[in-house]
Amino acid sequence: MIENRPWLGFVRHAVLIAGVALVMFPVYVAFVASTLSFDQVMHVPMRLWPGSHLIENYVAVIEHGTTRASSAPVGRMMLNSLVMALGISIGKIAISVISAFAIVYFRFPLRRTFFWLIFITLMLPVEVRIFPTYQVVSDLHMVDTYPGLILPLIASATATFLFRQFFLTVPDEYAEAARIDGAGPLRFFWDVLIPLSRTNIAALFVIMFIYGWNQYLWPLLITTQEGMYTTVIGIKRMMAGGDAATEWQLVMATAMLAMVPPAVVVLLMQKWFVKGLVESEK
Amino acid sequence: MEKRARFHSRGLPYLLVLPQIAVTLVFFVWPALQALYQSVLLQDAFASRTKFVWLQNFKTLFEDPLYLGSIKVTLLFSGLVAVAGLAISLLLAAFADRVLRGAGVYKTLLIWPYAVAPAIAGVLWMFLLSPSIGVLAYALQSLGVDWNYYVHGGQALLLIVVAAVWKQISYNFLFFLAGLQSIPGSLVEAAAIDGAGPFRRFWTVVFPLLSPTTFFLLVVNVVYAFFDTFAIVDATTQGGPAQATQILVFKVYQDGVQALDLGGSAAQSVVLMLIVISLTVVQFRYVERRVQY
Repeated sequence: MIENRPWLGFVRHAVLIAGVALVMFPVYVAFVASTLSFDQVMHVPMRLWPGSHLIENYVAVIEHGTTRASSAPVGRMMLNSLVMALGISIGKIAISVISAFAIVYFRFPLRRTFFWLIFITLMLPVEVRIFPTYQVVSDLHMVDTYPGLILPLIASATATFLFRQFFLTVPDEYAEAARIDGAGPLRFFWDVLIPLSRTNIAALFVIMFIYGWNQYLWPLLITTQEGMYTTVIGIKRMMAGGDAATEWQLVMATAMLAMVPPAVVVLLMQKWFVKGLVESEK
Repeated sequence: MEKRARFHSRGLPYLLVLPQIAVTLVFFVWPALQALYQSVLLQDAFASRTKFVWLQNFKTLFEDPLYLGSIKVTLLFSGLVAVAGLAISLLLAAFADRVLRGAGVYKTLLIWPYAVAPAIAGVLWMFLLSPSIGVLAYALQSLGVDWNYYVHGGQALLLIVVAAVWKQISYNFLFFLAGLQSIPGSLVEAAAIDGAGPFRRFWTVVFPLLSPTTFFLLVVNVVYAFFDTFAIVDATTQGGPAQATQILVFKVYQDGVQALDLGGSAAQSVVLMLIVISLTVVQFRYVERRVQY
């Protein structure tokens, strides 16, 4: 601190508290709505302190969704979201770490071609190739299946680059020592490289888990049965009937359920989250 | 940069890159080529007849007032999202950087919305601003504002801008905070000794030094506004009223998946691909330059 100006310190805290309030307010209102009855939510203006229907609403959506629009149970949707998020995060890390290993530790024909091919995926988000990708997946009979939800999102240039950068900083002596001791490439990979990459793997896992959990467009296209909806898609299906018919207390309970798992991951793994976010964008 | 120590094996490296390459070819390269191919074909909805039409689809596209309108909406939307998002996060980061007590608490409370899905951000704000039951809508209406985003296009656009910015604040905040913390304190102290007050110091010393971070975030935010906000639009306004919030990614989806105009949608995909490629090139150019500093 260079100088001490009490009014400036006051302004600082005031601005930060206003920022936190801005960030928290919508979530607080959603939480309050999720504890009210339908009539209480519909009463204008809605009250801003929690009601007594918390358990009732959450049990209702987890077991059988809404009564007027989608009646798919949110419990099942959360399971689908979890499978998708874990599938994408673990899958991305697994295929990226082995391809980065191949690119860094071997020299083979077509190595550069492969590298560029992986790089290209950066430039092709799902949003720009929606329809043809959907066709490929439906030709492979993967609509409404977990592989259909997971596989098309699993290639990752970012993760491959991150591991490549990291492997390049691992001293050559490790590989030489391993070779002298008679360890083959796979042994070296498993016993030396993977343990060294632990923090990178944790950091990427946080980012990729959130990415997978929050997917919207892809599950919207690829799931047609209620049993395959993810939580984020389920919310949209619950709001089908316009303002007056939407059971907002149940929609908001589902929104809270959809927010909690990724928020918990961010809060518990904050250190790795920050590291993963800052490094994967380089 | 190359490794000195290598392993030798004929088959193994191919086996290791195989999963990544297979996924890339099947789900990225092949569909992208399909999009390119379809963009030069004219097809009816049942795919019974196809005709090769060169660049006709692109010509139709750029003569379509709806598409040109969508471009305008997208530019306005991404401009607002980027500018508002960066300004708010920079303000918060600049204050958080100087706070001694409670810095960790503020940081934790400000970064977690990164975990909220864009679609859910949209739903939360829609609930607050819904003209019939929203808490904020009620407040606005009692102040005499004619708030109804189902009718007024500008208000619908404001809704998706607010939701998109709200979701992105945490991301920008983290990068600004990291950028601010890497600025040497001695520079700021020197300016203070020369008699510059806190605001002067910020604008003449800190802000110019932050420009690499700001530029990087600008590109990231434009990409975010172009592509990741599909969910916000789909969950809230559905492009309406009267195309007021029909951003480009939403139009591709509507024309391709809902209206089954394959050629037109493919041509739009190709245009979007060109946009992503140019933004990625800008981003990497900048990264290269930063490395040389």
